[in-house]
Amino acid sequence: MKILEQFDKAFENRLRLQIMSVLVANTHYDFNALKELLNATDGNLASHLKALEKEEYITVNKTFIGRKPNTQYSASAAGRTAFKKHLEALENLIKQQKS
Amino acid sequence: MQEEDIYSELSSIRSLMERSAKFISLSGMSGVMAGIYALIGAFLGFKVVYGNSYDLDYRNNYVNESEVLAKLFIIAAIVLLCALLTGVWLTIREAHKKGESAWNPVSRRLLISLSIPLITGGLFIFILLIRGNYSIIAPACLLFYGLALISGSHYTLSGVKWLGFCEIILGLFAALFPGYGIIFWTLGFGVLHIIYGSLMHFKYNQ
Repeated sequence: MKILEQFDKAFENRLRLQIMSVLVANTHYDFNALKELLNATDGNLASHLKALEKEEYITVNKTFIGRKPNTQYSASAAGRTAFKKHLEALENLIKQQKS
Repeated sequence: MQEEDIYSELSSIRSLMERSAKFISLSGMSGVMAGIYALIGAFLGFKVVYGNSYDLDYRNNYVNESEVLAKLFIIAAIVLLCALLTGVWLTIREAHKKGESAWNPVSRRLLISLSIPLITGGLFIFILLIRGNYSIIAPACLLFYGLALISGSHYTLSGVKWLGFCEIILGLFAALFPGYGIIFWTLGFGVLHIIYGSLMHFKYNQ
């Protein structure tokens, strides 16, 4: 099926898609805020963020506030395009099932 | 994948994008309460300025005695403090009800974008007070408050933007009719808040 090919493998996981939705809607978001918003555990969130970083869909900016590390994530241009394409594929699937 | 699954997936994405970018735990009740405090404050202020003579058609009372000014200033400060405290308290309660924290990146952004016009306005009004330009204090309050609301509205419910526009329009009228500051002030901070707060309360709390 053609439409299934349009689905992005990187977004197969639900949490990854959720991370991407937040980063697309905002200029940047920090780790703790993401954790709280998505109700995710540290390890789970970190591994999915790593995966998205590896795809170069997100960019990471590590800074320190005092002594505490503060990691900001933002969506890259490639990530935004991929996210948009993925949503379009989902919408197309609905349209196809209707017709 | 089933059609319903995709629908729920898409709508959950949409709500997540909205929730992550907008702070929606503002309580309508805090608007109503702020309005009520403002009405009480305006009533007290009216009594301080005009005494007990409700003679509106002939104005022979001007706000230039320092004792009257000090009283008005204290009333305004108390109203502001009560409104802020109630607002913060109700917002935290509302956020907890939704299982969110009231202090997150979005509420921080909301607070920053609100406070830039508000602090500018506050300092400006303070300077007006020092220099004795009392006649444009009421319009300045309304104008800067309206600007603050519009600037903050990017990060919260869109109704806030319309409240901001109304405040600005009232502020401009107040500048056009000096001497009736307290009336516009009552309308802007009292009546408008109560209308806005009740609209929001019925729209989102049902």
